[in-house]
Parts: sequence; structure tokens; C-alpha cells
Amino acid sequence: MRLELIPRPNVSPVMRAIAPVIAFAVAFLIAGFVIWLMGRSPVSAFQVYVLHPLADTWALQELLVKATPLALIAIGLSYCFRANLWNIGAEGQFVMGAILGSWLALATHGTDAGPWVIPAMLVLGVLGGMLYGLIPAFLKTRFGVNEILTSLMLVYIAQLTLDYLARGPWRDPKGFNFPQSVTFDPAATLPAIIEGSRVHYGALFALIAVIVTAFVMNRSLFGYRLRLTGDAPRAARFAGFDPNRTTLAVFAISGGLAGLAGIAEVSGQIGQIQPSISPGYGFTAITVAFLGRLNPFGILAAALVIALTVIGGESAQIMLKLPLDLTLAFQGILLLCVLSADALVSYRVRLVGRGAHA
Amino acid sequence: MTTFEAILLTIVTASTPFLIAALGELVAERSGVLNLGLEGMMAMGAACSFAAAVTFDSSLIGAGAGALAGALMAALFALVVLGFAANQVGSGLALTILGLGLSGLIGAPFVGAKRDPIGHITIPGLSELPVVGRLFFAQDLFVYGSLVLTLAVAFFLHRTRAGLMLRSIGENHTSAHALGLPVLRVRLLAVLFGGACAGLAGAYLSLVYTRFWSPGMIAGRGWIALALVVFAAWRPGWALVGAYIFGAASVLQLHAQAAQFGLPSQVLSAVPYAATILVLLLLSLRHGRAIGAPGSLGSPFVPER
Repeated sequence: MRLELIPRPNVSPVMRAIAPVIAFAVAFLIAGFVIWLMGRSPVSAFQVYVLHPLADTWALQELLVKATPLALIAIGLSYCFRANLWNIGAEGQFVMGAILGSWLALATHGTDAGPWVIPAMLVLGVLGGMLYGLIPAFLKTRFGVNEILTSLMLVYIAQLTLDYLARGPWRDPKGFNFPQSVTFDPAATLPAIIEGSRVHYGALFALIAVIVTAFVMNRSLFGYRLRLTGDAPRAARFAGFDPNRTTLAVFAISGGLAGLAGIAEVSGQIGQIQPSISPGYGFTAITVAFLGRLNPFGILAAALVIALTVIGGESAQIMLKLPLDLTLAFQGILLLCVLSADALVSYRVRLVGRGAHA
Repeated sequence: MTTFEAILLTIVTASTPFLIAALGELVAERSGVLNLGLEGMMAMGAACSFAAAVTFDSSLIGAGAGALAGALMAALFALVVLGFAANQVGSGLALTILGLGLSGLIGAPFVGAKRDPIGHITIPGLSELPVVGRLFFAQDLFVYGSLVLTLAVAFFLHRTRAGLMLRSIGENHTSAHALGLPVLRVRLLAVLFGGACAGLAGAYLSLVYTRFWSPGMIAGRGWIALALVVFAAWRPGWALVGAYIFGAASVLQLHAQAAQFGLPSQVLSAVPYAATILVLLLLSLRHGRAIGAPGSLGSPFVPER
């Protein structure tokens, strides 16, 4: 027995649009099956994972807080993935943005520094992520080093740097030896959009990034260059588009947005430097980018959906004693389903029996 | 046994999982399939082998379970990238995420359990040679197995008809298909072999290297093994050299941490990752673009009808 792929002569745009939804449903069924195998009720798990986080305003705010870094990073990644370049080190760029931005917060701690601190921190955050993202891009364009491996290795190095800073030079001397920095001053804290809420300005940045990206992708020469470089590299070269410049540009954008997400998370959400500041947002954002079909509005929706399962995973751990690893496994299955659905939009699968082999 | 010899012994132990995993991935990549799920397959191998070894109180059953778990993960990957012609890079990442999550679920009940060291097989005579004797002739089965595997893979790829077929499929799948070679079937087998090797490498980590299971214990070794394949220019012999260089680097950084040179431990922990980047850079400096990369690596194949 084997599978045979038959190209579909014309791909229906409706199918293309609902493919991620189908993928999501299939992933849910598989996850439900796994939960059933573990001897739990898939129905109550579904309630805790999906319905519970939508139940009250506190949970809804939490949803936006979690979706913010995912959307920001995934929007950046969509530039890379569109150009068929594989930045899988967004987690490291997130951390480096947070580090560089936090440096200013700690340097101005206890001084009367004015309201310029937080904008400057955001700029430093973008810069930190951008420069860190440019390392694999530079190694690729200048020396031809594979960007997948270098960007990933840099994640570990960024995490170790953060760990060192939080336990070493940046540790709060009055913090009872806890490996964390002082709490940022109000001037170094990213404010909430509405007073008293938990949703900080990062959510607004994410929204702006979505709108700007939608414009860039569909209405600008740069967006055209990206898509052409990704879909038909030879044609792009003939059109006079320099692939190296494209590489550097998309890594700078995605690194910058990941860095922005990092400093927004630290200054708007955590409020201090800790040995670990991300539950893997940079990796989860890869799933978000594909689930959103690399389309900015799709990514926004995907970020909210994935944030839902992340929060659901946390409450499932508390309420049902279901391990957090289940969420991770679910994300893996989901990404496999999304990529399969993407491919199956263009192909029809036929099972071909081979006599006794079948 | 001197400290020096003890360090050399741990280097052999640390290098073996790199070697096994890299050899498997090398074969898969030579057939034209890039499986970035190595880290996840190794995690599954580590968790499943440990669970099976504790349950049945047998390291051998454990190793078999590890290889099987890796192969099953690879089968899932093959279904998606070969069956549905989905994107290989994305699917490989998905496999890693899935493997890290699933291994956590499987391993959770076994946190805190500990295995006894597995038996070493001493080869009479040879094991009494100075230094190399204890190093290579009084080792466990995995170490011997990994060395035999290196030779076997090298022989298979370069001296057999099937190996030639596999390489030509990896080099240009369209031409290979036109010649009537079964592209997808060969790739399926190569990917399954890669998965079994990754599972075995994971099994070695949990059964021999640490002798316990903990989440996150693979710690990027799968990614380093992927880099090793590039380092080796897709040649088994060089994979052996590379695995031992990286094994040595990861052991020496541990000893340097213990010796407390006044450097923060994080700097030393970063050494294997930084070294990987540096090695990839040096290779590119010497040869320009990655040499030896199979021509069809990473591109999906859909036979024309």
C-alpha cells in the first residue's frame, strides 16, 4: 500500500482559507484521543483548555497578554518564512532584546530619570533583537553558513547570558539571594493601555505590526521581492533583487520584532530580570506563523488561538493535574497537521493498493 | 586509572550518542530528506527506553524500545513529508516540539528512578594496551556498536549498489525517478533508519550517560548532531571525527566548570554551542558553500504521472 499525490488542477481559495481550521480540528481530535488514552475525560479537558480561558474578563486579559509576544514574534518570522529563510532563533532574539532594554532600566534604577526611559528601552530592545538576528544572517550571506543551525545555537547562548546576568551582576543585592534583579522603576515599566488592566502597550505594538505588515506584503515592492525570493529564487535574481540584501532585511525585521516582544514582556509583564523570561514564545511563534498561513491577520487570529491553549494548559495543570508537556505535544501535532493541510490543499491523496502488500 | 584516563573514558561516553544520531541523520540526508526532528526523536528515545528499561528491568529491552520510539516518530515524519509532500523544515521542527512534549508525558512517572550501569565487554589482550586499551576495548555494547555502525554506513553508502541508489536519489530525485528508482520507498527506509539511530542515541543518554531520565536532558544534542552532519560533509568517517571532537568539548567544559577557573559556569556551558557555530563558520571559510550537500536535500518529491 502506498500513497499517491495527484496535483489539483485548480486550488480552491475556500479550501486554502479553511485548511488551518480543519488542521486545528484534527489536532484537537488527536489530542483528545491522547487524553482519553491517559485515562482522562477529553470533554472536561476541552472545557478547561478552551472554554475556561474565555470565561471571565481576567482570563480574557491574560489571553491578550500571552498572545502579544506570540503575535509580535510570528509576524516577524513571517517575513523570513515568506522569503524561504529559516530563522528558528527568535527565542534568542527575544531574550537579547529583553537584556539590552533591561540594561537601561537597571542603569537608571533609583535615579530621577524622566519619561524618556521606557521609549529608549523599547528602542534598545528592538536593536538588541535585530543585531542578534543579524548574526546568522551575516554568517549566511557572507560565508554561506546554514542559518537554521546558527540561529538555533544562538538561542542557547542568549539563554545562558540571561541566566548569568540574573544570577550574577544584575542580581538584587537585597533580594535574599533570589536570582532576580530589582523590580523596575515606574519610569521603566511599560504602562497598561487602560489604567488598571493587565494589557500593556505591547498589544498595541502587535496590532500595528500586523497592519504595517499587511500593507508591506501586499502593496510594496519589498513585499513582492520577498515573495518572489521565496517562491522563485532564480526569477528574483533575474529581476535584479539581491538575495543577500533580502536575507539581511528579513532577519533584521524578525529579530527586531522578537526583541521588541522581549523588552515589552520584561518591562510590561514581568517587571524584573529573571533567569528565564519566556516559556518558549520564540518556538511557539513558529507554529503561530504557519497556523496563520504567514498572513498577518491570520497570524493575529492564530496567536489568540494558541495563547488560548497555552493558558488552557496552565489551568489544566492546576485543575486536572494534566502535565504542561501535553500543551507542547499538542503544538507539535498541530504544526504537523497545519503543514500537512497546506500540502494537501495542492494535492489529492490516493491510496494505491499493491496486492498482497496492501 | 589516572584522571587523564578517566577524562578520556568520559569523552568516549559523551561522543557515542553524537555519533549514533549523526550517522542516522547522515543516511536520511544522503537520501535527500532533511529531518530537523532529531532533538525530538532523541528525547522520545531517551524517555521510552528508560521507561521500558525500568519496567522490564532490562537495558537491552530499553535500547530496543528507544530505537522503536525513534523509528515511530520518523514514520510520522515520513507520512507528512513523503506521503503528503509537506515542508520538511517546518515538519522537522514540529517533530521536535512533539517529541519534547510527548517524552515529558512518557517520562514523568519515571523521574527519580535510577538505572545500574550497563555491563562493559572487555576484549582480552587488546584491553591491556596502554591508554587505548581501556578506552576502546573495555567498553559497553553501544560504543562498539557505534564504531561498527560507522564502518557499516560507510561501506553501505560507498561500496554497495543500494548505497549508490540512495545517494543518486538524494543527489537528483527527478533523474533517479526517471531511471526507475523507487525514490519514496528508499527515502522512507532512510528516514526510518535515521529515526531508529536517533532513538538509540537518546537511549544511550538516559540508560548509560546519565542513568536517569529528566525533562530537557537532550539539551540541544540533537541540534549539535545535525551540525555534525554538515561538519562531516555527509561522510561517515568524518562524522566519527566530529562526534569525538564535540564529545571532547562537552566533557572538557564540565571539567573546566569543576576546576573553577574563575569563569562563570554559563560561559563554559555555552562552549559546545559556540563551538558549533565556529566550526560551521570555519568549514564555510575553507570550502565556500557547504560541500558535499546532496543536491535534492530538503526538497519534496512528487512523482510526475
